[in-house]
Amino acid sequence: MQAGKTLLDRPRFALTIERLCHQLLEDWGDFSNACIIGIQPRGTLLSNRIHARLEELVGKKIEYGKLDITFHRDDFRMPDGPLAPHPNEIDFIVTDKKVLLIDDVLYTGRTISAALAALNDYGRPGAVELLVLADRRFNRHLPIQPDYFGITVDALDEAYIKVRWDEIHGEDEILLFDKKP
Amino acid sequence: MKGLSTRHLIGIKNITEDDIHLIFETADNFKEVINRPIKKVPSLRDITVANLFFESSTRTRVSFELAERRLSADTVNFAASSSSVSKGETLLDTVNNILAMKVDMVVMRHPAPGACVYLSSRIPANIINAGDGTHEHPTQALLDAFSIRERLGEVAGKKIAIIGDILHSRVALSNVFCLLKLGAKVRVCGPPTLIPKHYKDLGVEISHDVRDTLRWCDVANVLRIQLERQDIKFFPSLREYHQYFGITRQMLLELDREIVVMHPGPINRGVEISSDAADGPHNIILQQVENGVAVRMAVLYLLAAGN
Repeated sequence: MQAGKTLLDRPRFALTIERLCHQLLEDWGDFSNACIIGIQPRGTLLSNRIHARLEELVGKKIEYGKLDITFHRDDFRMPDGPLAPHPNEIDFIVTDKKVLLIDDVLYTGRTISAALAALNDYGRPGAVELLVLADRRFNRHLPIQPDYFGITVDALDEAYIKVRWDEIHGEDEILLFDKKP
Repeated sequence: MKGLSTRHLIGIKNITEDDIHLIFETADNFKEVINRPIKKVPSLRDITVANLFFESSTRTRVSFELAERRLSADTVNFAASSSSVSKGETLLDTVNNILAMKVDMVVMRHPAPGACVYLSSRIPANIINAGDGTHEHPTQALLDAFSIRERLGEVAGKKIAIIGDILHSRVALSNVFCLLKLGAKVRVCGPPTLIPKHYKDLGVEISHDVRDTLRWCDVANVLRIQLERQDIKFFPSLREYHQYFGITRQMLLELDREIVVMHPGPINRGVEISSDAADGPHNIILQQVENGVAVRMAVLYLLAAGN
């Protein structure tokens, strides 16, 4: 297997999440009438951490949900079989709330487009902002940009960004590969 | 994710255990969808489904239609009684004419066993069997097993009794295939005239003693006496049938543990099951109906994903 180039190692990974949390604190205050929604499956690994840390910093509960977008995707008919759905865990309505949408990597923008459509099933949000850990700026298919990002990555289309998580892979890091392994 | 091993859902006999688990896992997600305030997702918005019902149906037709609409598919409904079938058109001609209008999937109920297999080898659309004569009714078996899994945690190792008119029941045959594939122990129970001899070759127990069967089982799936398919008398009278094979609340209360009572509907109250048992706390009959929509959404979604 090809070795990936490390874009973010463990200490900087932690620092980046900490920085994002403080940035949110500055802009969103105490998160009253606001909620955090992570996109299943990988965005929720990031949103779990951000949500937990923000609750510590704010000192109160922040509404938090997990959104699955499988049934809203425009590409669910894949050659290697259907996409596996994950559970939706949103036990509140987002109507008139400010929503922070969280995913790990922003690339073509299609996932976010589907997430915005899926979010409508839970009401009409007052406003939605987007946070991603890695923003691949090139080859966007849709006019979608993040409001908060950990790092920006300028890479060729065939390159592949892998975010590894302590909970699953035993390490917190972001790796860049020349092509999809 | 691996998809289904088949392009059509003709019967449980033709699908694998992995297929069944995949349908259940997908149905779990759809169950959550249909319990939301907005019960709709856009997955099948580019798909047109024809519901061809050559035999009467309420539950299955409504359930399929709801499943299709909740996936945003376009639907056309067809009932044999009000169509050119009554003018002598053949099944293949009828279906080909409907397919010429660019239909992607066909849900079909037909009185002739094998009608779906016949069509599946002749037309390009995905076919879902919604009951073919006395042969199979795969989505009913899937939703029954899904409901058992939901209530008892798993199907494997559980003792399931299918009680009633086994001879004329496509639900019984599909249930037997499905439950055995999932590792359950299955017993069929009814009068000797209503249990075909070949059932013992399927790997199920056969009993003619309903009280003993209730003591044995974790789940009793009670089937309707299909009088419309009985051209000769298989038992002396409905009253006598109820006396020997009908399930009553009293019989359930006399058991030393609680069992789950299921019925695929429509219920003949006072024949195979008494009203107090059909409405009692043991039954999951309405959960079966709710799960039917989720399971059918999963089947439609997975078959469409395979195209």
